[in-house]
Amino acid sequence: VAARGCGAVWRRARQRGAVGPGPGPSAFPRGHRAVACNARGGALSAGKSGVAPWIPVVGLEIHAQISSNSKLFSGSQVQFAAPPNSLVSFFDASLPGTLPVLNRRCVEAAVMTGLALNCSINKKSLFDRKHYFYADLPAGYQITQQRVPIAVNGSLSYSLCIDNKMNQMVTKTVRIKQIQLEQDSGKSLHDDTRSQTLVDLNRAGVGLMEVVMEPDMCCGEEAAAAVRELQLILQTLGSSQAVMAEGQLRVDANVSVHHPGEPYGVRTEVKNINSIRFLAKAVDYEIQRQIEELENGGTILNETRAFDSKLGCTVPMRDKEGKQDYRFMPEPNLPPLILYDAKSLPANMNHQQVINIDWIHERLPDLPSVKREKLVEQYGILPEHSFTLLNEDGLAEFFESVVKQTQMKPKKVIGWILNDLLSYLKQHSLTVKESPVSSFLLADLLNLLEKKEISSTAAKQVLAELWKGEGKTPLEIVKEQKLELLQDQKELEEICQAVIDGQENEVIMTVLG
Amino acid sequence: AALKDGLRSQVSAALKEGRVTPTELCQRCLALIKSTKFLNAYITVAEETALKQAEESEERYKRGQPLGILDGIPIAVKDNFNTAGIETTCASNMLKGYISPYNATVVQKLLDQGAVLLGKTNLDEFAMGSGSTDGVFGPVRNPWSYSKHYKEKSVPKSHSEDEESNWVITGGSSGGSAAAVSSFTCFAALGSDTGGSTRNPAARCGVVGLKPTYGLISRHGLIPLVNSMDVPGILTRCVDDAAVLLGSLAGHDPKDSTTVQDDFKPFELPKLTDVSKLSIGIPKEYHAPGLSSEILALWSKAADLFKNAGCKVVEVSLPHTHYSIVCYHVLCTAEVASNMARFDGLEYGHRSDRKESTESMYAATRREGFNDVVRGRILSGNYFLLKQNYEKYFVKAQKVRRLIANDFVKVFRSGVDVLLTPTTLTDAAPYTEFIQEDNRTRSAQDDILTQAANMAGLPAINVPTALSERGLPVGLQFIGRSFQEKQLLTVAKWFEKQVQFPMIQLEEVKRHDSGVFQQQKSAAFS
Repeated sequence: VAARGCGAVWRRARQRGAVGPGPGPSAFPRGHRAVACNARGGALSAGKSGVAPWIPVVGLEIHAQISSNSKLFSGSQVQFAAPPNSLVSFFDASLPGTLPVLNRRCVEAAVMTGLALNCSINKKSLFDRKHYFYADLPAGYQITQQRVPIAVNGSLSYSLCIDNKMNQMVTKTVRIKQIQLEQDSGKSLHDDTRSQTLVDLNRAGVGLMEVVMEPDMCCGEEAAAAVRELQLILQTLGSSQAVMAEGQLRVDANVSVHHPGEPYGVRTEVKNINSIRFLAKAVDYEIQRQIEELENGGTILNETRAFDSKLGCTVPMRDKEGKQDYRFMPEPNLPPLILYDAKSLPANMNHQQVINIDWIHERLPDLPSVKREKLVEQYGILPEHSFTLLNEDGLAEFFESVVKQTQMKPKKVIGWILNDLLSYLKQHSLTVKESPVSSFLLADLLNLLEKKEISSTAAKQVLAELWKGEGKTPLEIVKEQKLELLQDQKELEEICQAVIDGQENEVIMTVLG
Repeated sequence: AALKDGLRSQVSAALKEGRVTPTELCQRCLALIKSTKFLNAYITVAEETALKQAEESEERYKRGQPLGILDGIPIAVKDNFNTAGIETTCASNMLKGYISPYNATVVQKLLDQGAVLLGKTNLDEFAMGSGSTDGVFGPVRNPWSYSKHYKEKSVPKSHSEDEESNWVITGGSSGGSAAAVSSFTCFAALGSDTGGSTRNPAARCGVVGLKPTYGLISRHGLIPLVNSMDVPGILTRCVDDAAVLLGSLAGHDPKDSTTVQDDFKPFELPKLTDVSKLSIGIPKEYHAPGLSSEILALWSKAADLFKNAGCKVVEVSLPHTHYSIVCYHVLCTAEVASNMARFDGLEYGHRSDRKESTESMYAATRREGFNDVVRGRILSGNYFLLKQNYEKYFVKAQKVRRLIANDFVKVFRSGVDVLLTPTTLTDAAPYTEFIQEDNRTRSAQDDILTQAANMAGLPAINVPTALSERGLPVGLQFIGRSFQEKQLLTVAKWFEKQVQFPMIQLEEVKRHDSGVFQQQKSAAFS
């Protein structure tokens, strides 16, 4: 999903005019190439003749739910799709007199994530209250880290393809402004027909890491690629399961456009984006919309917009209360969060009570970028293949497992993995784990091929049989369907002779020319 | 049992020896609560559960396995501490009828040590006040209004003005707890202290009121006023009892991250004979405008007492003291605005019938649920927290708070062990007089001598010292170093012994239960 070039931007923009309800075709004339940014960076012009080019600016705020057994400040369990209000402690329901108690696991997850994103970890960070009234925010405020967050000044490198060509990958970097720990809210379900709101507090108080990315991106594809890379990192660390469909990763995009040399334009915030594909769409739509608006003499409002995935466009969000003043103040019930490193660790400190940044750093797993490098180095595969391997959960492991069990060169194995296995799985919407063909069976098959016992065509035939998942081994299928290659020259000669003997006239004609 | 005497030396011993049983004690207290109902000290009396707890305690004594000094001791708890199964109202319409599913840590600790919970005591709504006059269940009356001393000394202006209009306030906001202890309906009570709410009513009701160091006792389950200053307070009849209660309550609580990790060792107070190594500081700023001449005289007499006993008594300066009230106003209202945000009628408490929209339901709920004082503080607090005001008010107030705290640090660093100050400017005012001023003005006046200790988080204690010309109690305050409760209480105990504060003599209550009160000579300290 991530590895697509920014060339897609304006192409989609063109299509939208034809497809989208939204503002209608007149707002987006066919073929009007209003904007394009490319993966090499910088603005490309277009627009109406003579108009200066537009530079889109995209920043992201990402909320990642921390993968933890219990909530950020209470002992309630964290679980997706549990019966409503079954995971609510007295604190989560804001019963008077209850106090927050910080969950160590959540802090460790944030430190891990901060380190993986090259942040500096603040040895002292603070918690603040952010106030607003909402039915699914029982205390009337959210505990967050407004003044001094746990991690700051990091960066995230991500790669994407130019013009949708897999072999033209480019690596970019987005700066990470900060990572802050904060509480999730509950969920409100509005029942308009009975004019009531149902509140589920299961999610209230679950730990979130808000990752704030600087506006270093310029199109939907970049945003999507950056988020995909972040998602992979979080999943590798285990700090978040980061499944967007389950709301464990939520992305808000800040979008603005301006002319070169001019200050940034007024930005809008796009919310309600629940897949990476929609992120790219939403950002590109919003860029396009702003350019159209400005070129038609309009202005951009500093507003929050929602992405409507069905209509493929962004629409202003109804915000009755207008500009909110969150009336931030320090959370008085939580002392400053103090972290230590090897140097600052006090000698007589109970290790259960302290978090040692260096200790966590030493135990970080290989991040996706390192894993990719290792795959390329170790197996001689192409860099773009390493991306595909990591993008699918479990695919790299599948590949490595096959490689271990066959004599076939990894460079050849990768073709089978990407062209045959992956496309089959995609076609049938299966995950790697759900594959009917195990790495063992595939290795078995590739070994037959490698030993020249079957032809490549036959191997594909066998694989087609294997997909059925009937429990037969490749060899059994080969025998059943008589797909063996003949290795015995004498036998082969006899067969040929028999053919020739049976076609005497044709042979004569051929010989005579 | 001699109710005036200490828990450790007398009551606990009487229980152990079987001279009195927990059930008898409990029944006697419950009877007294009934006969002093006019004081309005209690919001809820938990008669049934109290008797059951007393029965259980009795079983333990019979088996010879009491849980400690507190086993079987009847206590009362201010109605802003959560008590499982017993209503917790904060004297507010917002929480009327609210039954918490859990016990505050301090309540749980008392119950775990066998104490008998008699009921929940009255207060100003959400502890916002200094009179115990501004709660939804009405004002608390000071037991001393009905004492022999007061009746003899305060001559009604005319015969038509009987004691009905002459009764005096308890101070607050823990007035119910102070009155409960003072009128012998319980042996000890929990209060809370944010700006003086334990020490002020203790002074006005002639009991010991201890505000421990911030972080020493868990706040979990205490419905907050100002989280960064709130401390559970202890109200007892003598300093030794305060030490007993402190020992049973102090220590780290995993449910309150602001409690200190260090182990707390309960202590018994030594009988101090030699005070010559002590250095007592007299902060000159506590000679505040409005300080009554008799309290001033009492204060200097107390200083002389220490001096004559060989103490070093030095005048010290806490120059930022007079900023503490205005600083407190900003910090308190800001936290109040935040803490009260949870009362929206959804999860618990009062909910308005308004159904037009969620917002209108919120607004009506909060208007119906909170009194003017609470709403006023919420309004100012939100104003101070607005983005454009935050630096100007809240941040500035925090800086001033630091200056106030540093004043104390400097004084204690200079070698002073304990500070001696008045607790209140005057003795208790008659209710009719007290309500002439609004809550904010009164709180500003009344908190002036107690407030700074909360800003600095320091331990402070009111020791009842003498009776005023009107026959009402007056107390003096000792402020100690952080976590130096033992030193503070030791000094307080020595002082207590010197002044021999008179026993309250409640004429009409005596009629109900003549066996309970032991007459005691009032020493002539004043």
